[in-house]
Amino acid sequence: MTDATTAPRVRPPASVVGPWAWLRANLFKSWLSTATTLVLVYLIGRGLLGLIDWGFVNAVWGVPYNAQGVPDTASCHAAKGQGACWAIIADKYRLILFGRFPFDEQWRPAVAVVLFIALYVFSAIKGVWRKGIDSPLLRTAAAIAVVTVLATNVVGWLGGILGLPTVLGDILHLIDIVARYASGVLLLFVWPAIGVWVVVLSAIFVLMAGGVYGLSPVAVDSWGGLPITLILATFGLAFAFPLSILVALGRRSTQMPAVKMICVLYVELIRGVPLISVLFMASVMFPLFMPPGVNVDKLLRAQIAVILFAAAYLAEVVRGGLQALPKGQAEAADALGMTYWQKTGLIVLPQALRLVIPPLVNTFIGFFKDTSLVLIIGLFDLLTMGKIALSDPPWQAFPTEVYIVLALIYISFCFAMSKYSRGLERELNQARGR
Amino acid sequence: MSVTSSDPRIAGARAAPKRGIRFSWSDPLFRAIIWQIVIVGIVVGIGWYLVHNTMQNLAARRIATGFDFLDRVAGIPIGESMIAYDSSVHTYGRALVIGVLNTLQVSVVGIILATIIGTLVGIGRLSSNWLLARLTAFYVEVIRDIPLLLQLLFWYTMLQGLPPPRQAWSIGDTAFLSNRGIKLPLLEWQTAYGFALLGLAAGIAATIWWSRRASRVQEQTGVRPSVWPVAIGGMVVLPLAIWALFGAPLVLDIPALRGFNFQGGGTISPEFSALLIGLVTYTAGFIAEIVRSGIQAVPNGQWEAARALGLRHGVILRQIILPQALRVIIPPMTSQYLNLTKNSSLAVAIGFQDIVSIANTTLNQTGQAIEVIAIIMAVYLTISLSISLFMNWYNARIALVER
Repeated sequence: MTDATTAPRVRPPASVVGPWAWLRANLFKSWLSTATTLVLVYLIGRGLLGLIDWGFVNAVWGVPYNAQGVPDTASCHAAKGQGACWAIIADKYRLILFGRFPFDEQWRPAVAVVLFIALYVFSAIKGVWRKGIDSPLLRTAAAIAVVTVLATNVVGWLGGILGLPTVLGDILHLIDIVARYASGVLLLFVWPAIGVWVVVLSAIFVLMAGGVYGLSPVAVDSWGGLPITLILATFGLAFAFPLSILVALGRRSTQMPAVKMICVLYVELIRGVPLISVLFMASVMFPLFMPPGVNVDKLLRAQIAVILFAAAYLAEVVRGGLQALPKGQAEAADALGMTYWQKTGLIVLPQALRLVIPPLVNTFIGFFKDTSLVLIIGLFDLLTMGKIALSDPPWQAFPTEVYIVLALIYISFCFAMSKYSRGLERELNQARGR
Repeated sequence: MSVTSSDPRIAGARAAPKRGIRFSWSDPLFRAIIWQIVIVGIVVGIGWYLVHNTMQNLAARRIATGFDFLDRVAGIPIGESMIAYDSSVHTYGRALVIGVLNTLQVSVVGIILATIIGTLVGIGRLSSNWLLARLTAFYVEVIRDIPLLLQLLFWYTMLQGLPPPRQAWSIGDTAFLSNRGIKLPLLEWQTAYGFALLGLAAGIAATIWWSRRASRVQEQTGVRPSVWPVAIGGMVVLPLAIWALFGAPLVLDIPALRGFNFQGGGTISPEFSALLIGLVTYTAGFIAEIVRSGIQAVPNGQWEAARALGLRHGVILRQIILPQALRVIIPPMTSQYLNLTKNSSLAVAIGFQDIVSIANTTLNQTGQAIEVIAIIMAVYLTISLSISLFMNWYNARIALVER
């Protein structure tokens, strides 16, 4: 018998490897496969050619304007059906992306969008969620600062209702500002990723609202476009996620039947109704809930609705992770004499959450898309701005172009997220040895 | 081993109640009770605060609460309705019922179509044909990344961009497609159809009975009597024979162009079509993924073992693979059905009069915000609960029976 290493190497026959074999195996395996391939090649070819003709070859990229600045869309109307009218995008992209934000100040929402994207990219980097300096002193200081911010705001809000003396209000305001900066800086040391989120989200808010650092104040009513979509989605998830963890823990509680019941009711009620009805509630019923004279801004109301809605869905995902974790982990923590919060925070949650990152990201994607529903209650998000752009008489006949651009924006965000989630899933499966 | 609370090995939560409460912070049970009182107190407090404010606001605005408005004449024009409706006679209550029926109609049709298309696409993704697998994967990826509302608006403008009735596209001058929707010939109802349907029902019953009997015979003798003659005889020949007996009546109401619009025939409105197309194409993308992962979850060894037993391809798929795949598929499929139903509420954006849309109009006309939103939520909760109850029952029926 010849040694395997000395035996002459024979290339496999051409019918098994190489492009021809691949074609035969994947496109022309049987007569049915061949027929499918031919039909699909014809259909895809025709579709692509038509799309190229419509979108590029016959497209109108710009139109002339008259002295009053009104566009003359005759060339677009002439090309309608044969070519796209990208002139509408050239004319309206600032309105669609940034809404009615003062035109000269639109660099601010633009920077806000860039900050948002940077924040997403940062959060996706591996290892950034690790904790920072492990010092009980720093930790306590950070906790005190965060609690102070919350407390001053709640007291200030109550004071606004009850009528607090202005001197006290000013002092509260001062404490609030100091505590804000302190909590941001301290969190950066204690838990860098959370600190970055707090700092960046605050920066975005300041950029949009203005009023400090020489930025002219801009009322929330004139915010619009992509920043609104990103604000609703990001702030929504940033607040819904912690809430969802608490709800999921409450739902799993064995010792507190009353709390468990509240959590079950909340989750099932919210999941049983469409988001629209919750948004309607926020827009029509919420003003009734508030004491007379208190007006809550429309964006904030929608934001609260999104948070409450998202938290119910996220809670179910988190609960899935808690259930998937073997019971021995919690029991071992108990055996070591850990308290409930030590056990939950150090043993159970880190493992359970890691298990459910892919479904969490999928839920995020769903909510990113669902923020478009605020169109129905009249908030100026990206989709609403697209519709408003289309209500301009010269451009009314060209909705397809606007919808395609909007779809591309949504797709690029969602596709990036789903790509990331699938990468994680693959990693997770490899780690589990599957 | 008998487990009692005195067993030292299971000290902890379970054993606690029997030993009584110590009024000390170190007793978990005591802590649990205190925490529960605090949390329930906060929740009830917030709830009371909101209700109190609402009462005050309602009193200040002189809005009367209650459901009396349901009996008032609605005056909402409704385009499509499954039951008789006249906006100058009928009440808000009836208008809302029509909204519920419209929601149910689009949901049921949508669920059926989305399941069919989603299953086909899901199987397409597993095709050995590279091009087909790629194309369906592309479809799934793209359709799931675009907000449904955007898709609905897109389809609605597409349908409105169709030619007007005078230049409608027609199929043999009996069915028309225009910007007023789809016009189809309608079968006029004859008494004979009633009897033919009765015959069909009898045929279905006979077929079920016969196939059950066939299974029993097969278990006893190993030979399965053929079922198809009974099936064809009962479900095709019998109804047709009854229909022929009555003189085979057939009258079609064909739509025809009169003036600026069509007269006669049945209509599928552009709003309904846009909503249905949007819901079906969107949900099918999700269902395709569920079906694909369900089929992939069945180990290849099942196919190989079944083939080794000499079973035919169809039998393997029906008796071996599908029952196992369904176990993985049913739970996520249920949530997709629920999603589709809830998503049908987006109809309000394109003017299809589902429950949300009609309730919204009612709210604007009567100002009864709380009652109207309560109605919307109650309707959806009922629908959601019914669907999940049914799917849970089905799931339990096909679940793996372990030991």
